[in-house]
Amino acid sequence: MVAAAAAVMALALAACGGGGDEPETEGGATGGSDEVEVFTWWAAGSEKAGLDALVAVFDEQHPDVTFINGAVAGGAGSQAKDLLQTRLQAQDPPDTFQAHAGAELQDYIDAAQIEPVTDLYDEFGLTDAFPADLMDRLTAEDGEIYSIPSNIHRANVVWTNRQVLTDAGLDPDATYDDLSSWMDDMETLKKAGVTPLAVAQAWTQVHLLETVLLADLGAEGYSGLWDGSTDWEGPEVKAALEDFQTLMGYTNTDRDGLDWPESQQLVIDGKAAFTVMGDWAEASYEEQKQELGTDYSAYAVPGTDGVFDFLADSFTLPVGAPHPDGANAWLETVGSAEGQEAFNKAKGSIPARTDVDMSTFGEYQQAAAEAFKSDTIVSSLAHGAAVPVATLTAITDATSKFTSGASDLATFQSELAAANAG
Amino acid sequence: MPTATRRRAGVRRAVRRAGAPLLLLLPSLILVGVFVYGLIVANTRQSTTDNHTAAQATGQAPTTGVGLRNYLDLLGSEEFQHSLTNLVLYTVVFLVGTMVIGFAWAWLLDKPLRGEGIFRSVYLFPMAVSFIASGVVWRWLLNSNQGEQASGLNRLFQMIGLDALQNNWWNNVSVGIVAIAIPAIWQLSGYVMALFLAGFRGIPVELREAARVDGASEWKLYRHVLFPQLSPIALSALIIIGHMSLKAFDLIMSISKPANYQTKVPAVDMYVFKSAFDYANAAAVGTILLVIVAVVIVPYLVHTHRQGRR
Repeated sequence: MVAAAAAVMALALAACGGGGDEPETEGGATGGSDEVEVFTWWAAGSEKAGLDALVAVFDEQHPDVTFINGAVAGGAGSQAKDLLQTRLQAQDPPDTFQAHAGAELQDYIDAAQIEPVTDLYDEFGLTDAFPADLMDRLTAEDGEIYSIPSNIHRANVVWTNRQVLTDAGLDPDATYDDLSSWMDDMETLKKAGVTPLAVAQAWTQVHLLETVLLADLGAEGYSGLWDGSTDWEGPEVKAALEDFQTLMGYTNTDRDGLDWPESQQLVIDGKAAFTVMGDWAEASYEEQKQELGTDYSAYAVPGTDGVFDFLADSFTLPVGAPHPDGANAWLETVGSAEGQEAFNKAKGSIPARTDVDMSTFGEYQQAAAEAFKSDTIVSSLAHGAAVPVATLTAITDATSKFTSGASDLATFQSELAAANAG
Repeated sequence: MPTATRRRAGVRRAVRRAGAPLLLLLPSLILVGVFVYGLIVANTRQSTTDNHTAAQATGQAPTTGVGLRNYLDLLGSEEFQHSLTNLVLYTVVFLVGTMVIGFAWAWLLDKPLRGEGIFRSVYLFPMAVSFIASGVVWRWLLNSNQGEQASGLNRLFQMIGLDALQNNWWNNVSVGIVAIAIPAIWQLSGYVMALFLAGFRGIPVELREAARVDGASEWKLYRHVLFPQLSPIALSALIIIGHMSLKAFDLIMSISKPANYQTKVPAVDMYVFKSAFDYANAAAVGTILLVIVAVVIVPYLVHTHRQGRR
C-alpha cells in the first residue's frame, strides 16, 4: 500500500519534471499531467475496439499518465453530445473530448469552450503528415486549427449487392459515370420488384442529398455551397434536387423508422440493391463474412469519382481542462503514426496521416487510403465537417419535410437556402 | 389593556397557531419555489431573448431582449403550426380512445363475472411497460412497408385477407401522428378502466335497487343514476390522460425519430432546438407547452378546490 503510494508519487514527480521542457500551449496551465479523462461515444463494437487499441499505444508512449475512459453510450453520439453540452456549460469540461472535425467545432469555438491546437501541429510534426487539402478543411475561419483528427471516413460510397444486380439482369461490375445512367438501372431493378436504393432516417437522407449535390455540382461547386460562392437558389442546385427527388422515389417506404445499420442490412440481405453510406459500413460486411468483389461491391457514388467526401473524428483541448498536460499527451498519441495505425486498423477507418504503412490493413481500407492521398478532399455535410450544428439541423428538418411529402421542390430549395443563410 | 399590547398578543397567538405548520412546510415551499416557480420565471425570461447561438448561451456574445418576437415567429411558422396540429390530433384521439375503451371495459367488468381479477390484470398490464420499451415493439408493428416488403401489422392484414387495410401508419404526413396514439391508447386504457371500475364500485347498491324498485329500465338506471355519479371520475381521467398526452415525447421518440417531420410535436421541437444551441426558442416552446397544459389543468384545480370547500 505504502509502496504503491510512493510509486505513484514518484511517477507524478517525474511527470512534472518531464513536463517542464515541453513548450506550453496557449492558456495551458502547468501541472495536471498525471491523468487524462477522454470523453467519447466509442462505447461498443468496432469503435470500442479502436479506442482500446489507441489506449494501448497511449499507455506505451505515456506510461506516467493514467487514462480515464469517459465514454458515453447511446444514440450514435447524441447522448454523449447532450451530456457534453451540460458539462461544458457547467464549466466542468473533460480533459479532451471527441468531436467531428471541421465546422461542427464552430459552436465550441464561438462559445470559447475549446482552445486552438495549431502549435501542437508544429510540435508533433502533423502539418506535413496530413494532406494539404485536409489542413485547409480543418482550419477554422480565424486561421487556427482546433482539433487533431484520429481517423478519416469517406461518405460518398455506394454499396451494392452483386447477387441482386445479377438476378435483375444487370452487370454487377458496371460502374456509372453519372447519376442518370445509375437511375436507369434503378428503374430496371424497380420493375424487377426489388428496392433499388435503401435509405434510413432523416440524417441518412441528408447524407444521400450531399452526395447528389457533390455529383451534380462537382467538388468546387459543392464546396462553394459552404463558403457562399455557389448559389443555393440557382438552377444547378435545382437540377441536383430534382435528381435527389428521383432517387428518393427509388427508396424503401419504411425509411424514416430505420437507422443506418438496418438499411445497410436490407442490401446485405438482398432486399435492396444499392445504398449510399459512409465507409464505416465496411465493418458490418466484415462481421457477416461478406467478401468484397464476390458478395458486394463498393465504389464512389456515380459522378463523384476522384472526390473524397471526408469526415473525421478528432480530439480537442477544452478551455479550463483540469489536466492540460495529460490532454497534450493524449493528443500526441492521437496524432502519432503508431496511434493512428492501431486505432484505425481496429475501427475500420483510415489514418489521417499519409505516412502510415497500409500494407497490414484490409483491402477496402488500402483502396480508401490511396484515394485519400490523391483525390480532391471535400467536407461532409451530414457529419458536421461542412456546416455548424444549427445549420445542419435546419437542413435536416427541411429534408425530412420534403421527403415526407409536406413540401414541394421549390419550397425545399428555398428552405435549404434559408438554412445556409443562417 | 392598551390597543398596542392587545395587537401584539394577537400576533403572538397567530404565530403560535401558524408557526409550527409553516415551519414544517417551509422546506418544501422553498424547494418548490426555487425549482418550479423560480425556473419557470427563468425559462420565460430566456424565451424573450435572442439567445439562439452557442456563443450567446455561454455569454461570449451579447443577448438582447426581443419581447415576444420568438413566440410570434414560432406561432407564425408553418413547421410549428404543424407540430401544434399534431399535438391536438394526438390528444383528441388518445383521449377519446382511452375514455371509450376504458369505460367499455369497466362497464363489462362491472357485471358480476367469473375471473374478473384476471381480466382486470390483463387490461391493466400494458401500463406497467415503459413507453420507450413498448415504442420499440410498436415501431416494428407500425412498419410502413406494404405489399411484398410488408411486416408488422401490414403483414398481419395480408395474412387475414384484409389487404385493403394496409397503410403507411405514422409516415402519413398529415394524420400520421394518430398512428402513434394507438400504442398510447393500448397502454393507458386499462388505467382508465381501473378508475371507472372504482367509480362503479363506489356507488352504493341501494341506489341501484331503489331505481329498479321504481321501475327504471337498465338504460335509465345508467343514464340518470350511475353516470352522474361517475362524472368526477371521468373528469379526473380526462385531466390525467390529457396532460400526459400534451407532454408526449418518449413514445414518439422511440417509434419515430426527432428529425421526422411527420411526427413532430412541440416537445420534440424543444429537444431539437436545445440540441442546436437555440436556447431561446427551446424556452419559448417550453412556455407554450406550459400554457397549454395550464389551460387544461387550472380550471380543474379551481373546480376541485371549490368542491373541497363546499
